[in-house]
Amino acid sequence: MVYVIGVGLTKVGNHWDKSLRHLAAEAAIAALEDASIEDVDYIVVANALSGVINAQENLASYVATHLGMVGVPAVKVEAAGASGGAAIALAKSLVLSGAADKVLIVGVEKMTDYTSLEDTTSALSTFIDSEYEAFPGGTLESMHAMMMRAYMKKYSVTKEEFSHLPLLMHENASTTPHAQLRFKLKPQSYASSPVIAEPITMLDLAPVSDGAAAVILSKDKGREGNVEIVSSGQATDTISTYRRKDLTQLPSVRAAFKRALEAVPDFKPDFYVIHDYSSVMGYVEVEELGLAERGKASQLFSSGEAKREGSTPINPEGGLKARGNPVGATGVYQMAEAFLQITERAEGWQVPGAKSGLVLSVGGLGANSVVHLVRGV
Amino acid sequence: MWAYWQSVPAHWRELPARYRLEGGRCRDCGHRTLPEERVCPVCGSKNIERVALPRRGKVVNYSVIWNAPRGYEYYTPYVVALIELEDGTRVFSQLTDVHPEEVKEGMEVEMVIRKTRVSGESGLIAYSYKFRPVLR
Repeated sequence: MVYVIGVGLTKVGNHWDKSLRHLAAEAAIAALEDASIEDVDYIVVANALSGVINAQENLASYVATHLGMVGVPAVKVEAAGASGGAAIALAKSLVLSGAADKVLIVGVEKMTDYTSLEDTTSALSTFIDSEYEAFPGGTLESMHAMMMRAYMKKYSVTKEEFSHLPLLMHENASTTPHAQLRFKLKPQSYASSPVIAEPITMLDLAPVSDGAAAVILSKDKGREGNVEIVSSGQATDTISTYRRKDLTQLPSVRAAFKRALEAVPDFKPDFYVIHDYSSVMGYVEVEELGLAERGKASQLFSSGEAKREGSTPINPEGGLKARGNPVGATGVYQMAEAFLQITERAEGWQVPGAKSGLVLSVGGLGANSVVHLVRGV
Repeated sequence: MWAYWQSVPAHWRELPARYRLEGGRCRDCGHRTLPEERVCPVCGSKNIERVALPRRGKVVNYSVIWNAPRGYEYYTPYVVALIELEDGTRVFSQLTDVHPEEVKEGMEVEMVIRKTRVSGESGLIAYSYKFRPVLR
């Protein structure tokens, strides 16, 4: 058994006064305090862009140093947006193998040290194929744009129908204390949103964010408030979007979900945490998870089913769209937030009666996907 | 600031693909890729030969980029496209010699060589394939 016994997180946003090390330490110290422990056997750092944006690699030692935990074995895990989910999966393996009894996972990303959009776009372009997608001028957003165009064509969906995901995410984030974009959106704001990579507009996309989250995994239950990671699954897909047969599907999400379910085929989550880097990717994800028919995902969000009080709550904290997306840290946020939901500590953003959840983290355009199934014990 | 910086050897070793559209062909199943792979992504064979891919194809999907990465601001707005070559091989390329509003799915395009990435004032000026509408 592997349990989450404590979590810590910083507000997501533009932390001009805080460095990578400040953010990582803040979240990690909060998690250690939350779990009422002082030592761990291993540190796993999740991050995706520190080498590009912060000129800092050797990140595991860097984080251990600034946590005052020199000597503890540590490693960094990188899988673009799935970094956090993958870090938790590996940390779980460390616990299950007996190599560690307690593991501290620190997800951290400091994006705003790049202060121009061109540089940030370049940094995010490292998540696509650098030589045959980014070099000709492709961007991560343009890959999501092609996915949206394919989805619109295949299912005769209008651009306006993609507004339902960002509208709900902003509504949810407006009452989540640590969220980045704590305001509601008007439908007309979506319609007039500036074009980033046609047909993708700004309000289809997650913002640029700083933030850190930490989670402590343990082979034994903690003092109070425990969440078990019941099962996990992971899968990759080709990083080369142009080689995919069908851009309206995310086979890695499907495969990761299936693998996670193998051990617990009857698992039914009370809420879902998905990786909505773009509105269209969020739609395809819920279709891959079997929550909506192909081409019908918008109804899940427009009907109210996906609200916190609905039949299928999705991203009660506001998702990447509005909680924010500190890329490498996002998967750790997702797990920390699922923990807070299940232990009924999500004050202001609680899903009523949440006892179990599904956490999906995705890197790139579905190039790497991780699913964790969690429940209260 | 170096995510966009192009080193000379990193560009030079890709020149067969970038100047001449040379990719790989699986001798076992016939699948073709750009760039050439060590392992066929379809059948797993390692029996790969280098071939020149057809320089004409059609646009399958595209996006007009308004938020350019560093080094591409000059082209904004520009079109990137998923192109299916005449033999079915799929490549990703920038389109050139075309207004964004003229681009359509199914549009016939052909390969040309164009300036692609400029790495600052003193860095490499990298040329490579782009595709333009077929001239009639």
